[in-house]
Amino acid sequence: MIGAGIVGNSLAYHLSELGWTDLVLLDKGPLPNPGGSTGHASNFIFPVDHSKEMTQLTLDSVRQYEAMGVFTCSGGIEVARTEERMQELQRRVSSAKAWGIDDVSIITPAQVKELVPYIDESVIVGGFYSPGVGIVDSLRAGTIMRERAQERGALSVFANTEVLGIDVEHGRITGIRTSRGDIATETIVVCCGVWSPKIARMAGALIPLTPAVHQMIDVGPVPHFKDTKGVIEFPIVRDMDTNMYERQDGSGLEIGSYAHRPILHDPEEIPSNEEAALSPTEFPFTEKDFTLQMEHALELIPDVLNDESVGIKYAINGILSLTPDGLPLLGETPEVKGLWSAAAVWVKEGPGVGRAVAEWMTNGESEIDLQSSDIARFYEHQRSRKHVRDRAAEGFNKTYGIVHPSEQWESNRNVRLSPFFLRERELGAAFFEAAGWERPQWYESNAKLLDEYGDRINRREAEWESRWWSPIINAEHLAMRDRAAMFDLTAFAIFDVTGPGALETVQKVSMRQMDVAVGKVVYTPVLSPSGTFKSDLTVMRLGHDRFRVVTGGAHGMADLKWYADHRPVDGSAQITDLTSAYCTLGLWGPRARDILQSLTSADMSNEGFAFASCRTIEIDSLPVLASRISYVGELGWELYVPMEQGAKLWDLVWEAGEPHGVVPAGIGVYGTTGRLEKCYRAFGFELDADFDVVEAGMAWGRVKAPEFIGKEAHVQHRESDPVAVLCTLTVDDHVSRDGTKRYMLGREPVLSKQGKALVDAEGRRSYVTSAGAGPSIGKHILLAYLPPENANVGEELLVEYLGEQYPVTVATNDSTPVFDPENARVKA
Amino acid sequence: MSVLLFLADGAELSLQAVTLAHSLGGEVRAVEIDGPYAPSAWAAALIDAAEGSDIVGPGSDRGNEVLAHVAARLDLPFAANVTDVRGDEVTRIRWGGTLLEDARIHAQTKLLTAAPFAFAPGARPDVVETLRPELGDSVRVVERVEPDTGGKVSLADAKVVVSGGRGVGSAEGFAILEELAELLEGAVGCSRVVTSAGWRPHTDQVGQTGTKVSPDLYIACGISGATQHIAGCKGAKALLAINDDPEATIFAHADYAVIGNLHEVVPAITAELRKVRAT
Amino acid sequence: MRVLCCVKRVPITGGKMVLTDDAQAIQTRHLGFTISPHEECGVEEAVRIVEAHAVEAHSGEVVALTLGPGEAEEQLRECMALGADRAIHLVSDEEWDAQATAGAIVEAIRSEEPFDLIVFGNESADAGNFQVGIRVAYALGLPVVTGLKGLTIAGGRARCEQEVPAGRDVYDVPLPAVVTVKEGLNLPRYPSVPAKLRANRKPVDAKPVNRPPAKLEKLRLVVPEGQGKQAEVLGRGADAAPAVVEVMQKLGVA
Repeated sequence: MIGAGIVGNSLAYHLSELGWTDLVLLDKGPLPNPGGSTGHASNFIFPVDHSKEMTQLTLDSVRQYEAMGVFTCSGGIEVARTEERMQELQRRVSSAKAWGIDDVSIITPAQVKELVPYIDESVIVGGFYSPGVGIVDSLRAGTIMRERAQERGALSVFANTEVLGIDVEHGRITGIRTSRGDIATETIVVCCGVWSPKIARMAGALIPLTPAVHQMIDVGPVPHFKDTKGVIEFPIVRDMDTNMYERQDGSGLEIGSYAHRPILHDPEEIPSNEEAALSPTEFPFTEKDFTLQMEHALELIPDVLNDESVGIKYAINGILSLTPDGLPLLGETPEVKGLWSAAAVWVKEGPGVGRAVAEWMTNGESEIDLQSSDIARFYEHQRSRKHVRDRAAEGFNKTYGIVHPSEQWESNRNVRLSPFFLRERELGAAFFEAAGWERPQWYESNAKLLDEYGDRINRREAEWESRWWSPIINAEHLAMRDRAAMFDLTAFAIFDVTGPGALETVQKVSMRQMDVAVGKVVYTPVLSPSGTFKSDLTVMRLGHDRFRVVTGGAHGMADLKWYADHRPVDGSAQITDLTSAYCTLGLWGPRARDILQSLTSADMSNEGFAFASCRTIEIDSLPVLASRISYVGELGWELYVPMEQGAKLWDLVWEAGEPHGVVPAGIGVYGTTGRLEKCYRAFGFELDADFDVVEAGMAWGRVKAPEFIGKEAHVQHRESDPVAVLCTLTVDDHVSRDGTKRYMLGREPVLSKQGKALVDAEGRRSYVTSAGAGPSIGKHILLAYLPPENANVGEELLVEYLGEQYPVTVATNDSTPVFDPENARVKA
Repeated sequence: MSVLLFLADGAELSLQAVTLAHSLGGEVRAVEIDGPYAPSAWAAALIDAAEGSDIVGPGSDRGNEVLAHVAARLDLPFAANVTDVRGDEVTRIRWGGTLLEDARIHAQTKLLTAAPFAFAPGARPDVVETLRPELGDSVRVVERVEPDTGGKVSLADAKVVVSGGRGVGSAEGFAILEELAELLEGAVGCSRVVTSAGWRPHTDQVGQTGTKVSPDLYIACGISGATQHIAGCKGAKALLAINDDPEATIFAHADYAVIGNLHEVVPAITAELRKVRAT
Repeated sequence: MRVLCCVKRVPITGGKMVLTDDAQAIQTRHLGFTISPHEECGVEEAVRIVEAHAVEAHSGEVVALTLGPGEAEEQLRECMALGADRAIHLVSDEEWDAQATAGAIVEAIRSEEPFDLIVFGNESADAGNFQVGIRVAYALGLPVVTGLKGLTIAGGRARCEQEVPAGRDVYDVPLPAVVTVKEGLNLPRYPSVPAKLRANRKPVDAKPVNRPPAKLEKLRLVVPEGQGKQAEVLGRGADAAPAVVEVMQKLGVA
């Protein structure tokens, strides 16, 4: 482990807990504070986050800090200056409840004042109170964990030891060279915070983070704190609308900001311990960037700050790590076997990350799902310096932002364009980004359909739900169900597994039978060793020794690594990434066959081209790989051609489709409305490491005979009763207190009819995993895992959304879809 | 060309200036000034006595002040605190000695002071002329306030200084340093961090902007070794650093090192001293 | 009372000085900047003096002056956050020798209404020339006292206390006068948030100045040898005590 901050120390401890015995922890700086970001962190923890993964890591960290006796509970309040923020705070209450944090509440300005007497409550409209917020002594925690590992005899620690080089042979770690000698090792974990990119580069790997400034000042002595004991007695205040926080620190008040312009640095720019005036990661304060923040702080806490005897005693530009998507960088690097990353981790999640990564290194998976933080998630362009810096800069000012679940990035767009892009743009596509691809979410050219479908289309009345959304999505959906729609699915990740060991590889990784006839398409879960979801994807058998894996763009690179990691050791299987080689055009709807048949002499009939089969057909002059499957519950095909032939394919299908009334349709249909009417599960929503295949209602058929990862656990899951059941619910009444109709967007807590949280036998909360319109059934559809006792068709429940409760009814308690339950359309 | 050597206050520093004066190569005429301290009048007297020759003084407060007055009167460059002279080029200290500067003097006459402890002390010249300047209405010392040392050894004169930094942790933490200093008949010093935190008065501060000390032994306890502090204690004949961070900068300036927590090491030294003395 | 405070922008250095490639300056890429502790006390003292005399005459004013690069405005704002009312910025990117610095300051002072008191730090943190204040006093024909650790203004006179090894020497000079001060003269305040914000609105009169040829010309900077001294390790923790006492005996201080 390189880096003795909170992450390295925690990792050392947890690895020793898991039985590792020959561990070494290095740091270039002295102990206990080697000069990284841990040493100057503000050290407070607000556990609630909209991300389940981050909340789980934070909650685990709090438990660990508490057990070490270094956690001081102070409570915390996120205050709102605007009504828009109040709505956001209500959302945070929902997230808190969805992730199992119950003691939170919305409080009035007067109640805020009661808890934090030194604020001016007239500038706020309310607050979100988290009694569980607290501060930690992260340096002490690091020391305790390090010493425990040392006491166990499992760990040697070398401070003031600089890494000079990392040895890699045949893509694997073989050793490390330091200023105090060399160490032979097969495994290195880079936990060097802002220095991580520099260290990883020594091994030829890339850790895409950028050091960035977080400004903090300390003022004091505050007369109000004169008689307080200990470090903190008053709740920490986050002034969300100004991107700032204020917390008591003994006799002083610490004021921090995420409001200033993004100030990014290079890892190479960080000075040595000797050169730095304070510590290497405490840069000189740039006062101009803080002027506005001082004014904002004055507005909220004038009693303290207008006192001329309260001076600014300390001011720094603290350096921390930012990533392109705001999430940590965990796991084995895709470039070098044995080189792991545990970087871009903040104090609030440090111990949890240490435990999870230790588990991952030991067992191949962790109890807390780290799918969003997997360092293998990036495509090449997403790891470029410009992308990392652009997105880090854009994300920085959203640290306390009101971020819509569908919010799109503004910077560094138009990087990956499908061959259909120009056509789509002409059609007024609203582009959303997927894995760097520009992908139409809906088409303005379809606005005319709104008249056609009239009352069947719900108009959303509230601004929040109509943001990043259009009623046109629902119109496109209905046109697809009536006629046919073309979808740009080029953002799929595609890779081939080939060679004599290809079958062995795909069998080992995929849950379903892969030894099928050439020309079959198999949709399969990919399981973790404990039988939960690592991914779900489709595999086409294109030849005896050739399998083509097609998976979601967002998780494609992590899937690729998972397959690559499980090839036979004899080198008999190869993996080729074809993501940038093929584009994908989807064509679905009752007229899909007519349209395609008019373009090809191939037999497209149900008999001639059965469901779940694939083969190459000729369309005009283009050899096209057609695969008959569907994620929207309609007859149709995915059509694959080399990128450069895509535009021609689009034009051919478009022209042939015109007489049949074909429409272009966006991912709003493909990913949400079409999918949800069919109750299809999506990875990262319904499918993650918290739930197994049986609970997800996907354990149809027999368990295949060949071994596969997670088989033992999966068999066990089938033999026991599920602890939760994935159900489809529909909303019975959308009308809120003020009369507007509101539509859930996902991640809301599901409650009993009496308004109590639903908790399954494993302690997991019921929350909405996906939400969206079902235009064909005329209802808003929600998916949620429910405890078996509540998973009854017709059961009436409540869903809490923005502080109000709405009645919902369980529509199905298995994978039976709410639209076309017999799947007649797909198999037509 | 001859050199006028100004023997000011502080015998030790003045003798170091003797060495500098001789290094210029010319005949050295030494002078002292009698009478109340009046820098402007003293400068005038030196100018009269020098008759255009170079003037060298000690790098003490008074040496630097009087030479600056000379320079202002003559509108000549003045190189304070030089460590070496090579023709019209000098090396002088910056940042209290943590950095050196090579500089060229563009003038016929050199006005220099000798940086403290940069030169071995020379022999006091056999002939020292005494000047008795006309004071007229020039600014002069009108009163001397004796220091209130409370019977303790002053920091500047102490043979042993026990000094504490951030690592001491609190005002109360200095008790163990006081105890050791008392046993050694020395004084307690501290770094700038300590005075900024209000743990000790500024009069205890050793450093570039505090007191510059030159004891036989300087014991730096929990002091990291910032340049500001080193500038104040580099005159020590021996420096013992006690610090639990083996990479602390202070060790690069130390003659002796103890790696460990000062809260354990200092009381152990005190106890050991007592034990040794008792036998 | 009208008081002028002259300050200099200097880097806040760490434990190790690193020079630029041309050895003309310290590598300041990682460093913050400030004014020297002496000057901070000077500004604090000036503000206190003007505040104390404001009742007698309402024309009191503290003016901060610096000669330095454009970025030195930050230091003038620091001074104004400590209470200075306005600032004069003689803008030059070059490093000036003491004589030239004094000349530029004198010229700036002559274009102002006369000051009752002109305050300098005893010496700058970086160059340590010990002479700019004295030169300015001569040029303006004013009395000067250096190294102050105590200052009392009363009846148009300044009682100045200078620390000497044997105690404190006291000077008594008529105003207007020049003084140079040392850290310890007072305990400077930390600027409050409102003071910082006020400082941003106070006027800075910036004018470019051209450096005359240096009479004491800096050729290069050198990091002195001996920064890498090899200390003799006497031991670890309390066990080292006997070895320490042995060294004390050897040095004759035990």
